[in-house]
Amino acid sequence: MCPRQVLSRRVFLQYLLKGGVVALFGATLYPMLRYLWPPRGVESSVSSVVAAKSGELATNAAKIFRFGNRPGILLHTPRGELKAFSAVCTHLNCTVQYDDEASVIWCACHNGTFDLNGQVISGPPPRPLEAYQVNVRGDEVVVSKPA
Amino acid sequence: MERLGLPAAPPPPPERREATKGAAQAGRLGAFFRQRYPLGGLADLLAHKTVPVHRHTVWYYWGGVTLALIGIQLASGVLLLLYYRPSADGAFESIRFIMTRVEFGWLVRSVHAWAANLVILSAMIHLASTFFLKAYRPPRELTWVSGVLLFFLLMGFGFTGYLLPWNTLAFFATKVGTEIAGTVPGIGPILRTFLCGGSDVGDATLSRFFWLHIAVLPAGLLVLAGLHVLMIQLQGMSRPLSSMGERSTPPPAASAGGGSAHSAGPFGPAAGGGAMPFFPNFFLRDLLAWSLMLGLVLCLSVYWPATLGEKADPFAPTPAGIQPEWYFLWMFQTLKLFPGHVLGIEGELVAIGLTGLAGVVLLVVPWLDRPARHGRSSWLVRLLGIAGLAYVAGMTGVALWLGAHH
Repeated sequence: MCPRQVLSRRVFLQYLLKGGVVALFGATLYPMLRYLWPPRGVESSVSSVVAAKSGELATNAAKIFRFGNRPGILLHTPRGELKAFSAVCTHLNCTVQYDDEASVIWCACHNGTFDLNGQVISGPPPRPLEAYQVNVRGDEVVVSKPA
Repeated sequence: MERLGLPAAPPPPPERREATKGAAQAGRLGAFFRQRYPLGGLADLLAHKTVPVHRHTVWYYWGGVTLALIGIQLASGVLLLLYYRPSADGAFESIRFIMTRVEFGWLVRSVHAWAANLVILSAMIHLASTFFLKAYRPPRELTWVSGVLLFFLLMGFGFTGYLLPWNTLAFFATKVGTEIAGTVPGIGPILRTFLCGGSDVGDATLSRFFWLHIAVLPAGLLVLAGLHVLMIQLQGMSRPLSSMGERSTPPPAASAGGGSAHSAGPFGPAAGGGAMPFFPNFFLRDLLAWSLMLGLVLCLSVYWPATLGEKADPFAPTPAGIQPEWYFLWMFQTLKLFPGHVLGIEGELVAIGLTGLAGVVLLVVPWLDRPARHGRSSWLVRLLGIAGLAYVAGMTGVALWLGAHH
C-alpha cells in the first residue's frame, strides 16, 4: 500500500502562485500574438478572367494580366496558338516575362527559362508554371483555371 | 596679495577671464551632479579604460565607426519620418516629395541611403578584423555572439528599409526575400505570412516592414548594442595573439588631463607597445575617424545622390538586370548557381539551408576554434575565414559583372 502523499499548504500555494503567473503571461501574450498575425484577407476566388481582346495580341508576343490578385501571362506563340500560365516563377515568386527573340518564358530574377508549355528549360525553377485554359468567346480571350 | 606687500598682478586678458569663468561654471555643474548621483564609478571607468597599442590597433576604430554610422542613420531616419507615408499608394510619392519639394530633402535621403550601405561595410570590416585577430577568445565569446547578432540586425535594417520607397527594384527584391524566408523548414510559411501580412507582397507588407524598420529593429539594436558595448567596457579590449610577444609597457596612469601621461599628447604616437588611455587619447582619434566618415557620407550624397527609380507595379514583369543591394549579391548569385533539384531536394532549399548553416557557424566560431580557446592560432581557421571571405567577394564580383554586362 502506497503511503498517502500529503500536499502541504506551502507547496499548494507555490503551485497556485506559479500557475497564476504562467496564466497571467499566457493571457497577456496570446492576444498580442493574435494581434500580430495578419487578419484573414479576402482571398481571391476568381476562376476565370478576360485576359485580352481577341486580336489584341500580335503573334510572338505576350501580355501580363491580373488573375485575381496574382499575375498571369498570356502568350500568342509563333505558331499562332494562345496559351496562358501563372506568371509567378516557381523558384522565388518573381513575375516572368516573354522573350520573343528566344521564344521562351524568362524570369529576370535568377535567369530561369520555361518553354512555351511552361516546362522548365534551364535555371533554378524546380517546377513548371501553372497552366491555365484559354478560350476565345466572341472578341474576348477568356483564361480559366483547369477544373 | 596686497596684504602680503606684493605688487598686484596685472588682470588676466578678457578671453582668459571668460575661459576661467566657463571652467568654474562647468565645475559647479559637475559638482551639482556628483552630489546627487554616484558618478564616481563612471568617471573611474573612463579614467582607467585603456586601449592596447600594437601594429593592429587601427582595426579597433571600426566598431566606433559603425556606431557613428548608426547614429547618422538614426538622425537622418528621424528626419525622413516627418514626410514619409507608409502605404503602397503614398510611399513612392512621399519620397519623391522629399527629394523634389522639401528643402535639402534629397540630401537627407541620400545620407540615409549612403550611410545604410556604409554601416554594413563598416560592420563587415569590424567583424572580419575581430575574426582574424581572434578577439572572440575566452572570455569574450558572448561579445562575439552579440556582435554577429548585431550584424544580422543591420542586414535586417537594410532588407526592411529597401522596400520603403516602394519602387520596382525594392518590390521584387522583397518578393524574393520573403519567399526565401518562406522556405525555412518548419516555420517558413508562418514567417512568410507574418512578414507579408498576407499571402503576397503588398500594402500590408509595406506597413509591416515600416513597423519593423522604425520600431522593432531599433529596439533590438538598442538592447544588443548596449550589451555589446557594456561587455567591452567590463572586459576591456582584446589583444591579438600575435601581439602578445610585443614589448609591453604598463598602461600609463591616466590623470584628469589624460593626455598629459604621454609625451606626444593625445594625437601623438602612443607610448611604447603597451596601451593608451581611452579618454582622451583614443576617444579623440575616434572622433577624427567619425568626422572623416561623416565627411565621406556627405561627399557621396552630394556627388552621387540616391535615385528613386520607378514606382512598383505588382502586375508588371520583373525587369531585366534586377539585383538586390550589394551585401545580398553573393546570396543572390548562389541562388542562381543551384539547379532545380540537388539529390532530390529543391535547389533553392539546399542553397538557403547552406547559407543558414554558414550563419550559425559564424555565430558559434568561438566554440569551434578550439586552438584559440587555448591561446593558439590555427592556420586552418584562418584559411577557412579567408576562403569564406573570398567566396562572398567572388560571388559579389560575378553578380556585379553580370549586372553591368547584361
